[in-house]
This record gives sequence, structure tokens and C-alpha cells, in this order.
Amino acid sequence: MTDRFAAGAHVRTYPHDPPHHTRLPRYARGKRGVVVEPEGRAPLADVRAQGRDDARVEMIYAVRFAARELWGEGDHHVVLDLSESYLREAE
Amino acid sequence: MSGTHEDAVISRQVRRLESLLEAEGIVGGDTVDEVIDGFLAGASPVNGAKVVARAWTDPAYRERLLADGTSAVGELGFSAGGVQKQRLRVVENTADTHNVIVCTLCSCYPLRLLGPSPGWYKSEAYRSRVVRDPRGVLAEFGVTLPESVDITVWDSSAETRYMVLPRRPAGTDRLNEEELASLITRNGLIGTGVL
Repeated sequence: MTDRFAAGAHVRTYPHDPPHHTRLPRYARGKRGVVVEPEGRAPLADVRAQGRDDARVEMIYAVRFAARELWGEGDHHVVLDLSESYLREAE
Repeated sequence: MSGTHEDAVISRQVRRLESLLEAEGIVGGDTVDEVIDGFLAGASPVNGAKVVARAWTDPAYRERLLADGTSAVGELGFSAGGVQKQRLRVVENTADTHNVIVCTLCSCYPLRLLGPSPGWYKSEAYRSRVVRDPRGVLAEFGVTLPESVDITVWDSSAETRYMVLPRRPAGTDRLNEEELASLITRNGLIGTGVL
């Protein structure tokens, strides 16, 4: 199984607001970032946290965001570890 | 069990659950304390300091540590820690870049390498502010970086744990690995301190 995103890929996080646990923090929803590296596979926490045992195993990517993209200001970067289903190709 | 937060709802729930498990004979009276003690035994920032001192004195080890932190700390008998197996990524401070660790969702932390996390690391103030204004937060820790230094904040939101490889202080060329390790602080390994 090949990784959907390679290092350097431009991605955008989904802007969804699920009613259950997710590891996509609110401040990083609908934001554009760059993949640093695929980190390894793990069961999707959103599903596992609901007590279900059918969580699909997904690649988690380290994704780098510019502060300006997240907050509209700032010159730093934030790196987040995000499951594949939180991400789509950036337009 | 910890003597703090005795009246918190979560503490009462945990005590109730523990007593039910004991009453049903699922765990013994000392089981939970034994597991916690075993989990924390040997968890200390001294471990992280040993890793950093080795990286400062052995360039090949430094390369392995940055390429695959999990395996490199394993060479010294350490892990990032946790009940689940966790991947460790070590991020290096340089003249141009500074790294800071946080977990905005909860309080994920490389416990076995850094020991139990400080109270402020778990505070909402640190978790919410360091991703937004790391320069301001670092200044409150007494760390002022030149404007030219790029700051990266690593938000540990999944299975990976992070540790900072601090810059080796100037004037330490003659120190051996053990002496170097004694210079390394917990905040230096989180990125809220410089050495």
C-alpha cells in the first residue's frame, strides 16, 4: 500500500467539526500545509475513541503549517501529526 | 495514588472504579499503585540528558538520533515511554531554528525520557498560547531569540512523541559526556529553555 501523500505534498485539512473525538485540532481545520513525512500507521482515533473496534488503520503524516495560515499573523510554524482522512490535496 | 485533586469528580470516579475492580477481585489492593510505580520507575529527564550528551559527543549517534529517534534512544536502553509503543522524533535546535514541544489536545509527553511533565505543560495557558505566540511564551520562560531564528512548534497530536536536541553551549569543548549531561535541563529538552 503506497502512501497517499509524499514529503513536500501540499495538503489542506478538512474543515469538519465532528460530534466525537478527533485529533485534528480546531485551530488547524480547513488549513493549508506541507507534508514533512509519513510517520507510520495507526487505527483512526476518531473511531477508536467511540469504543468501536472497526477503526481503519491509516497513515499519519507530520504536516507543517505557517502561523500566518493558522492565525493570520506570526512568523513561526506549527507541525501537527494528522491522519490521512483529515487531509486532501491542496487546490 | 496522587494526593492532589482529591475532590475532583474524576478522582472520585477513579476511586469508585478502583474499589469496584477490587471488590470483584479483578485487581488486587495494590495493583494500580504497582502499575503506576512501575510505569514511572526510571522515567527522568536524566535519560533525555544522556541521549543529548551522547549526540553532542558522537556525530554518528547524532545522525542516527535525528534520522530515527526511536531506535537511537533504544541503543541507550530508553524509549519514549507510555503503555503503548510510541515513536520518538528528535528535533534539533541550530543557529537558525528553535523547536518547542506541546500537546494542545491533552498532555502527550516523552515521559520516560523527561520524567513526569511539569504542571505548566498541562495548563491550558501554555497549550493554547505556545502554538499562537511562541515568542511571547518563550520570553516568559526567559528565552529571547533573535528575530532571524525560525521557531517551529511541534504539537504532539498522535502517536509520535517529540524531544528537542538543544544546542551545545559554547565553551564546553573540554567537558566529557557525563559533565555535558549535567548541563542539560528539562526545559531545554522541551524547548522552553536554552542552555
